[in-house]
Amino acid sequence: MSDLTFEECLARLEEIVADLESGNLPLEESLKVFEEGVALSRHCGRYLEDAERRIEILAKDESGALGTRPFAGPPDDEP
Amino acid sequence: MGRQGSTVLTVSELTEKLRALLEERFPVVWVEGEISNFKVYGSGHAYFTLKDGSSQIRAVLFKNRARRIRFEPGDGLSVLAMGSVEVYPQRGEYQLVVELLEPRGLGALQLAFEQLKARLAAEGLFDEGRKRELPRFPRKIGIVTSPSGAAIRDMLRVIGRRFGELHIVLAPARVQGDDAAEEIAQGIRDLNALGDVDVIIVGRGGGSLEDLWAFNEEVVARAIVASKAPIISAVGHEVDVTISDFVADLRAPTPSAAAELVVREKQAIVESVADLTHRLRRAMGRRLEQERRRMEALATRRVLADPARPLRDRHRRVDDARARFHHALDALVRRAAHRFELATAGLRAGSPRARLTRDRHRYERSGSSLRTEMSRALEAGRHRFGVSAGRLDSLSPLAVLARGYSLTRTPDGRIVRSARQIRAGEDVEVLLDEGRLDCRVTATREPNERPHV
Repeated sequence: MSDLTFEECLARLEEIVADLESGNLPLEESLKVFEEGVALSRHCGRYLEDAERRIEILAKDESGALGTRPFAGPPDDEP
Repeated sequence: MGRQGSTVLTVSELTEKLRALLEERFPVVWVEGEISNFKVYGSGHAYFTLKDGSSQIRAVLFKNRARRIRFEPGDGLSVLAMGSVEVYPQRGEYQLVVELLEPRGLGALQLAFEQLKARLAAEGLFDEGRKRELPRFPRKIGIVTSPSGAAIRDMLRVIGRRFGELHIVLAPARVQGDDAAEEIAQGIRDLNALGDVDVIIVGRGGGSLEDLWAFNEEVVARAIVASKAPIISAVGHEVDVTISDFVADLRAPTPSAAAELVVREKQAIVESVADLTHRLRRAMGRRLEQERRRMEALATRRVLADPARPLRDRHRRVDDARARFHHALDALVRRAAHRFELATAGLRAGSPRARLTRDRHRYERSGSSLRTEMSRALEAGRHRFGVSAGRLDSLSPLAVLARGYSLTRTPDGRIVRSARQIRAGEDVEVLLDEGRLDCRVTATREPNERPHV
């Protein structure tokens, strides 16, 4: 599951919910996809939580290579 | 061969006198006319003719002057030219050396805007079909703007207030002045070079048309078109429309609005995951309920509708079904409880962040209420199954047998209802309340008939 991108996880979760809501799956199959759905939901929740607040500014070193350093924000007193 | 009282001049002398006269008389002149025969040479100098209804004058626009002109001069355009008259002695011609060119009617900037807009539109760069969707969940957001401007401050304020957990990379660029357009374009390219930026906001705060001009430059438009990451253009105020707005994948009326868009997307995703989780749980609950009802219906209906099935088998099958059902319910409760234990534990283990607390609570509530709901539903199911099993017993033909009736069946299990079904000499089995009789028929007798032997 960790191979899936967030978007793929979400798409799969949507698919599972739609399948379950249709009520057409055999019971055993329902259980299987339900468990998968719970795992996907957990995965998505984790992914959302893992995002962190980080503000950086692009900077080039002497060789012109692209890098980033933290950015504190603009001075407050400018108009 | 001179003439009386006259001075004879050489061609050069005359030309020099004319040159001095013209150039001193017209050091700076404003001329109004229409451009024709406009041509730019390899040197970068442009030559053309200015004309009106009855006259024309040659004009030259040198490369270093041409650079300062923002619109594209071309044939048929009415212009106001400022320059000086110069004589070109080698050809005996005079021409207007243009310092400044202004379109008549529209201002130069408006004209340039209209011209670039028409050209890019003709290339299909404004087509809706070319525009990309914003990512549903942008985690890393690039911003191209001035690091000291109002725009970045507004955007960080919105993002910080609404939803802090975003990774922002600022590509610093001057947003007005001669180098601004190139710096903005470079910023877009640099952010793309990082490779993992999900969406880029390009913009600046409000200002005059001149202040916003960089966003009307072709180099910026081309960089936006070439960007792999979708671009939100957010220049000035609601009323300011720039070329960047036309080529970008999305136009935000202001930088703050662009930031709102991005965080709203993220908020929507958090809600959508919570909603899906809720629906998943509800759908599974319904599926279980449906299964239980189907089982009850099945058990009841078969006994009534199909009494011909072997009774022992039926009894055994009902027992089996009962056992399997209980087993399945137990397993279900155990598995669901286990999964949700894991799910809620997983959620709890995630590092707590103030802004996500509400959402995490929602997940936890989902988990535990599902557990309770399911246990309760299954317990109710178990109870109802017990009741219906009791009812099943009372409806069973076995109860009839206990009252002294018996059932006769052919060896292949069909119930014997008529003497016509059997011939003398055939075997039948007779089911009693306790045990079974294997019988051979000696004679059959239909109603009011003599026996057939």
